[in-house]
Amino acid sequence: MPRLAGSAGIGRAMAGLLALAVLLAGCGRAHDDAQTLSFWTLGPEGEAVVKLLPDFEREHPGIHVIVQRLPLTAAHQKLLTAFAGGSTPDVGQLGNTWLAEFAVLGALEPLQARVDRSAVVKAGDYFAPIWATNRIDGTLYGVPWYIDTRLLFYRRDLLAAAGFDHPPRDWAEWRRMLAALSHPQRGAYGILLPTNEYEQLMSLALQQPEPMLRDGGRYGNFESAGFKRALAFYVDTFRLRQAPPITNVEAGNPWEEFGRGVYAFYFSGPWNIGEFRQRLSADHEDRWATAPLPGPDGPGAGAAGGSSLVVFRRSPHKEAAWALIEYLSRPEVQQRFYDMLGDMPARRSAWDGGSLRSDPKVQAFRAQLERVKPTPPVPEWEQIANEMQLVAARAVAGELTVDQAAAEIDRRADRILAKRRWILDHARHDGASP
Amino acid sequence: MSRQRIAWLFLAPALAVLGVFFLLPVIAALALSLTDYDLYALADVRHLRFVALGNYWDLLHQPRFWSALGHTLYFVAVGVPLSIATSLGAALLLDSPLARAKALFRTALFAPVVTTVVAVAVVWRYLFNTKYGLANHVLGLVGIHPVDWLGDPHWAMPAIILFAVWKNFGYNMIILLAGLQAIPRDLYEAARIDGASPLQQFRHITLPMLGPTLLMVGILTVSGYFQLFAEPYVMTEGGPLQSTTSVLYLMYNEGFQWWNFGMASAVAFLLFVVMFAMTALMLRLARRGGAA
Repeated sequence: MPRLAGSAGIGRAMAGLLALAVLLAGCGRAHDDAQTLSFWTLGPEGEAVVKLLPDFEREHPGIHVIVQRLPLTAAHQKLLTAFAGGSTPDVGQLGNTWLAEFAVLGALEPLQARVDRSAVVKAGDYFAPIWATNRIDGTLYGVPWYIDTRLLFYRRDLLAAAGFDHPPRDWAEWRRMLAALSHPQRGAYGILLPTNEYEQLMSLALQQPEPMLRDGGRYGNFESAGFKRALAFYVDTFRLRQAPPITNVEAGNPWEEFGRGVYAFYFSGPWNIGEFRQRLSADHEDRWATAPLPGPDGPGAGAAGGSSLVVFRRSPHKEAAWALIEYLSRPEVQQRFYDMLGDMPARRSAWDGGSLRSDPKVQAFRAQLERVKPTPPVPEWEQIANEMQLVAARAVAGELTVDQAAAEIDRRADRILAKRRWILDHARHDGASP
Repeated sequence: MSRQRIAWLFLAPALAVLGVFFLLPVIAALALSLTDYDLYALADVRHLRFVALGNYWDLLHQPRFWSALGHTLYFVAVGVPLSIATSLGAALLLDSPLARAKALFRTALFAPVVTTVVAVAVVWRYLFNTKYGLANHVLGLVGIHPVDWLGDPHWAMPAIILFAVWKNFGYNMIILLAGLQAIPRDLYEAARIDGASPLQQFRHITLPMLGPTLLMVGILTVSGYFQLFAEPYVMTEGGPLQSTTSVLYLMYNEGFQWWNFGMASAVAFLLFVVMFAMTALMLRLARRGGAA
């Protein structure tokens, strides 16, 4: 019986294919003189960006944009597969921690010459550290689209009740607040730090003077005094029971719990402004606020995250691709994009108007953005950061001391970077570039 | 001679398909596992190095491989007997002359097999939730403290095992049910006349008659459970503290997340060797058991 059903199914599929082929042929004729631009986006951006495209297509009647939305969890894999198969799109959104990887692959088109000629994309208008993340070994490969940095969401009312009228300015003050706000026996904690997310520890580590990799990204530098200080602060937060040792899988619905006062601080990114507004009732609006990260002694740095727009090297429509990037980089388009999705613009002039100017919750991000630091620009970074977090989670669980954990992270980072070292040394001998 | 040629001709399509879609990829993967194929090699083939058995040597010296293998063996050792016992229990209940609405129950018990693992994982994650989950609520009724099912490294694997057993037992149940129904009824009748108790009937008729079916089910289940991946992937992402990272999960991370296909292929072959040895051992034991 399944066999019968199968053959009927095949027949139907064939008929469908035939119909599709006819349809496609029809489409091809309709757009004969038009350029079709493929644009790959990650996560929710794809949904919002399609609403911006009709205006672009009106301005450029010869260009038709097809947006493909990649789910965040599968995007990296899909992009690499596309590269291996020679089917990369024309334009893409790339997380700026992925740029180094795709630059090494030679998948991306250098953009400096186009930026120099552009009347829209002006390097000086962008937050400098974010712009710097798009430059790999001196070559510009992307234009920042929106930014993402993690900072503190905090319950203003809970802090006030504990006698603090401002958010923390340095780690010592932050520690005092966490101590005052944590009541583990009642199930209330100072902060939520999911033990399977590396961004929080990474932000603390970026605040240190020592970089996390040394010798041009050849070796890990996690046994530096600075990283150990960051790791100790992170681990202490759990040992003092100021954060529950749970992963984001168990945290489930942190917005709701933040609203109920289970956590006084929440260490997260800009998209959560929208999430909190949507999930908490309007009378909560005054109870919470955002604040830049406190550093070891004074205001601290954050991670320069976010997404960039890139042109793929294999694209046959580079001019059209660049036109789309210029359109999406206009301050007024960036403002519309922010209004739709809450993705924060990468250029300063976009912040000077519209709802970005008036929203107090957003201002902390603006302040933080002037103080972000890029992550090490090596293709292996994400893997190293993952290993860092796996080891840090063992330190949180009490299996390792801070010193042991730092040594273990260095060991793993050095192993991951072995191939990179070989290539860098190899390149020096025979002059080929990595 | 010509008869033989015709036979080969008939075999050719099947052999060609097997060769292209099975043999060739396996050989390619074996070759890959002897190199350090990675992102850099994808960018420029001059960055590809032949490392002979280096990947295997590396893996065997890494604690993460042994811990992944340990988690997998734990899952197999507890999960397989539990799964087969559950299947057998359900099949016996369905086969019982006392059972009513057999078609309904057969469908209901088989339903988990055809559900999507991702969709049911969402439900199970709620069941296992520490604060709001049904599992802890029920435990609370009998006065047991809440268990941090998916967050405690000691409890995550038992939770995964429960989930996997629930998800998979229906399949074996159907096979065992068919096996039960093939046992001639007159054997039971004769046993009853001789005064055998139900337990004795089960021990001396059902189990021996079901032997070959049980062996097949056992081998299929062992090789299926060795390939543990989807359950931890959707329930715990391999955590907490990597306590649910299986060998296949390690391979996925190496290959598809970090693009180290040389290393990932080596993991795959090591897993193959382990599974091959285990299946051979089971067959040998079964043969000895059958002979004795």
